[in-house]
Amino acid sequence: MLVLPMLPILIPLTTAIVCLFVRNSIPAMRAVSVTGAVALVVAAAAVALRVHADGAPIASQAAGWFAPYGITIVADELSVILVVMTAIVQLGVLIYALGALDARREKAFFHPLYHTLITAVCGAFLTGDIFNMYVWFEVMLLSSFVLITLGGERAQLEGGIKYVTLNLVSSALFLTAIGLLYGLAGTLNFADLHVALQAVDFSDPANSDSKEMLTLIAMLFLAAFGIKAALWPFFFWLPASYHTPPPVIAAIFAGLLTKVGVYSVVRVFTLVFGHDPGFVYTVLLVLATISMLSGVLGAAVQYEVRRILAFHSVSQVGYMLMGFAIASLAWHGAGEAQLAGDATSAASLRTAATLALAGSIYFIFHHGIVKMNLFLIAGLIEKRKGSAQLKRIGGLFSDDWPLAAVFFVTSMALAGIPILSGFWAKLALVRAGLMSGQYLVIGVSLFVSILTLFSMTKIWAEAFWKPQPDDGDDVPIEFRPTAGRMALMFAPTASFAAIALFIGVGVGPLFDLCMSAARGVLEPMVYVEAVNPARLEAMQAQGQLVEAADDVIGGLTP
Amino acid sequence: MVVLLSLIVGLIYAMSIYMILRRSVVKLIIGLALLGHGANLLIYTAGMVDASGVRGNPPLITEGSYTLGGEIARTVADPLPPALILTAIVISFAIVAFAAVLVKRAYQEVGTDDLDKMISTDLA
Repeated sequence: MLVLPMLPILIPLTTAIVCLFVRNSIPAMRAVSVTGAVALVVAAAAVALRVHADGAPIASQAAGWFAPYGITIVADELSVILVVMTAIVQLGVLIYALGALDARREKAFFHPLYHTLITAVCGAFLTGDIFNMYVWFEVMLLSSFVLITLGGERAQLEGGIKYVTLNLVSSALFLTAIGLLYGLAGTLNFADLHVALQAVDFSDPANSDSKEMLTLIAMLFLAAFGIKAALWPFFFWLPASYHTPPPVIAAIFAGLLTKVGVYSVVRVFTLVFGHDPGFVYTVLLVLATISMLSGVLGAAVQYEVRRILAFHSVSQVGYMLMGFAIASLAWHGAGEAQLAGDATSAASLRTAATLALAGSIYFIFHHGIVKMNLFLIAGLIEKRKGSAQLKRIGGLFSDDWPLAAVFFVTSMALAGIPILSGFWAKLALVRAGLMSGQYLVIGVSLFVSILTLFSMTKIWAEAFWKPQPDDGDDVPIEFRPTAGRMALMFAPTASFAAIALFIGVGVGPLFDLCMSAARGVLEPMVYVEAVNPARLEAMQAQGQLVEAADDVIGGLTP
Repeated sequence: MVVLLSLIVGLIYAMSIYMILRRSVVKLIIGLALLGHGANLLIYTAGMVDASGVRGNPPLITEGSYTLGGEIARTVADPLPPALILTAIVISFAIVAFAAVLVKRAYQEVGTDDLDKMISTDLA
């Protein structure tokens, strides 16, 4: 058993447990917490370097029980990119929390809950089994439930009820879909599912019942993950709850939790649902497009910084899934062109698919850092002005120019101004969309980009540029946080703005990684080989494999 | 048996969605708990059937064999769904317990159990 890919799960878990042992002393809890967070960054980097050096996914079978029977942890390039993002984000947010969080919340188990959340996020990114993914989702939900209501203010409890309800409905849909999928395919291991379903010829009318059933299951998964990722029409819990907890908690949610939903869509749909790409991915593309529009329009009418940011999350989840849908449609289009003997258009569609998916993955990474940083900045605005209502605050540009500079870089990165990170993500998506002929969707995405810029300039003009309103909110100097606490909060935000600048200016290496991750996702055989080499050997003995798969798939065919 | 279980699963889902859509937060919790039960029963049902109908025998590995194989595998119930359900039950126990406490705290704080009155976080 290989321990390395498990480290990003084991380290935060251990940290959470040790935090509980030293719960009576806040300084001790802080020391343990920060040590654990730093260790996670090191471990994530180690796993990423190993995967990069090997050039293939690394799999670890817990306790030596081999796939598909045991618990499989798989680190492929997509997973490690997201784990590295998680590691960076969690360290920065933790340092910010040391300065921002009140002693009452810190005493009320913030640190153990925080690390449990990170455990679950890393677990969801690394698991190789769909039921384990469900379990990690639940671990993530439980810790996020407590974090979002930590402190027990009225707004938090109201927002918490909505958050809890919608997420539990999503879990139930997820579980339902898992049950049906198991009944159909007889396995829940990703690699195994891929092989079993790949072997079935869904164009054969005898399999049409299984095909319809599989589409139904795909839609159940889409609804379940759509709720987690805040995709239209499932996003309403997000703007109703993300502005209620302290900004630092909203920031970690915005940075990581919706990404887990997006990652799950990418992972599950590429490995499992290749049976009817025309229908499944068109649905996804339509939902993603409407998400982009509705999120950005929702943000346009808001006047509270965190509500604006929450609505933008919806729109940007649309971007990520749009890239994925374009990639999958183009990839399957390439397969058809290849069959029709048109090698040139097949090659160009393949390039478009890889580019679109790489753009999506880069977008997820960039958004995790940038959107989370904007929530952190919103927290700083609230600490400084006592409110984040744009109509009641102003003058931050003259009061606090470093904060203004950090906000400017981050918000322009989100809007996608050239050389900053968001620009490259959008450039890749637009280019791939044009190559594969999705003109309408690309048009919508560009329009959404302009509206994003509008929202960001709105915050800039109202909070930073406009003079402080006479009857507006301001925190008197004696009630402001101490300089030390402000520095703890400002340092991570400035670092994240620097990262947004850095991965924008030096886009090459990261984008190359995303391209290679995209190829790994679009050609899952490498993944299957890493998880279950024996199964792949069986695949080479073609005739036998089809027979075996018929047994498995026969489940629901009369 | 499978038809009966399927009907019951459908009924539980319908009941739970009805309860979730009620205005009272207590009924909301009942609905969420029922939804979990419905999903568990569905997994159980999915593990019971195959092309030939119902599998009934206990899934025990025969002496000298390493796995369930051949004809035996076709007649015994699949042991994995109950294991999945067990995990799901434990999780839903924790979640319903948390949700119950959350609802109680929200009731104390807001002073009503009517979801239509808990709209302060929706307004701009």
